[in-house]
Amino acid sequence: MRVINASRITDAVAKLAIEANYYLPQDVKRALTESQCQEQSQLGKEILGQLLENADIAAQKAVPMCQDTGMAVVFVELGRGVQLEDDLEAAINAGIKKGYTEGYLRKSVVADPLFQRKNTGDNTPAIIHIESVVGDTLKITLTPKGFGSENMSAVKMLKPADGLAGVRKFMVDTVLTAGGNPCPPIIVGMGIGGTMEKAALLAKKALLRSIDCRNANQDYAKLEEDLLELVNLTGVGPQGLGGTTTALAVNIEYYPTHIAGMPVAINVSCHATRHAEIVL
Amino acid sequence: MEPIHITTPFTKEQARSLKAGDFVRISGIIYTARDAAHKRMMEALSRGEKLPVDFTNQIIYYVGPSPAKPGQVIGSAGPTTSGRMDAYTPEMLKQGLLGMIGKGYRTPEVIEAMKAQGAVYFAATGGAAALIAATVKSYDVVAYGDLGAEALARMNVEKFPAIVVIDAHGGNFYQEGQKQFNRLPQDGAL
Repeated sequence: MRVINASRITDAVAKLAIEANYYLPQDVKRALTESQCQEQSQLGKEILGQLLENADIAAQKAVPMCQDTGMAVVFVELGRGVQLEDDLEAAINAGIKKGYTEGYLRKSVVADPLFQRKNTGDNTPAIIHIESVVGDTLKITLTPKGFGSENMSAVKMLKPADGLAGVRKFMVDTVLTAGGNPCPPIIVGMGIGGTMEKAALLAKKALLRSIDCRNANQDYAKLEEDLLELVNLTGVGPQGLGGTTTALAVNIEYYPTHIAGMPVAINVSCHATRHAEIVL
Repeated sequence: MEPIHITTPFTKEQARSLKAGDFVRISGIIYTARDAAHKRMMEALSRGEKLPVDFTNQIIYYVGPSPAKPGQVIGSAGPTTSGRMDAYTPEMLKQGLLGMIGKGYRTPEVIEAMKAQGAVYFAATGGAAALIAATVKSYDVVAYGDLGAEALARMNVEKFPAIVVIDAHGGNFYQEGQKQFNRLPQDGAL
């Protein structure tokens, strides 16, 4: 067994929180640059230019790209050959507190969602998903999720008979309803199958895949391309002000489901789709 | 794009002259407030108290900045979703408010109240928070300091970039702009 101590995990999470908030992922930057050339709206071009310039300023000054530095979602792949000395979730949350404080990130988490809504003051707790995998390493992926886009996400329990047309309609309806709220151009994560919560989790996971990579299954890879084209026909455009660049990518993950159902989840993400990862 | 330059305080004539789709740069004093500050202002009004600021001809920017690093005037400061302020907006317009900066759609009630007042709604680029922060020259909390990032603050901005999305006549650039580029099948078949 390989021992990984808690302080290493805490320091790694703190670093990931800061990195993810300051630096635009390279795949997204490439897609934004390309979309700026192709965008047909002049105002849209101006906005895409602002977003690229914003990423440069944030990186240069080492400040957050967006003031909404999100609620931190942390995916952990825990090798079965790893021995932990302390509580993993506590170590991760200590890292969130450290990263959000030392990185001057905004603390946006309230303890009680309905009644008190009092800020926890350190952006904890994170949303933590732990998966047991083969190996003796610990992989941590952190994605700070802003709520401009999270609020525009949706889960729908489609019927099997709704088929492909049902999925396409759900996508268009969600994007049109969202309009400028999620700061388009968006990146869309879609989860198809499983149960209600599984579909939602798949949608979130889909956002973590590089937007340069299509699904390994050809049917779903084609669906990703078709849905991207469809979303860009809506005309929502950069910031919802009209244009040909509404989304930079659609990433889909799927899972077996029940004979009677077809859950579909759409997790909308802003242009930045901030994420960072590390293997310990 | 060539911007139209606006210097605050805003005037009714200026507000009426702007058209949905105009690209502007705003300079001068604007105020910041979002959900919690709006809620407190409504509570103050319902108790018959005066608001901490006279909003006549003023502009409110819906923002909750990230903390400033040492030496910075303000942290990153992009717009938040305006729709959450819709419930409070008609009352704020009655208080004299003439401009709002945020992102996203407004309700028909808000647009009607804006027309009655002759007010303008601007969109700032959501996500361009570091770029926008560079246009902020000062940031001073004037009320509700306990709300942290959600406090009511006075900001001095220089060439703050924004787009007129809903003008004082009800012109709506979310609708007009999207209509121009919507290529979805007209028969609704997807």
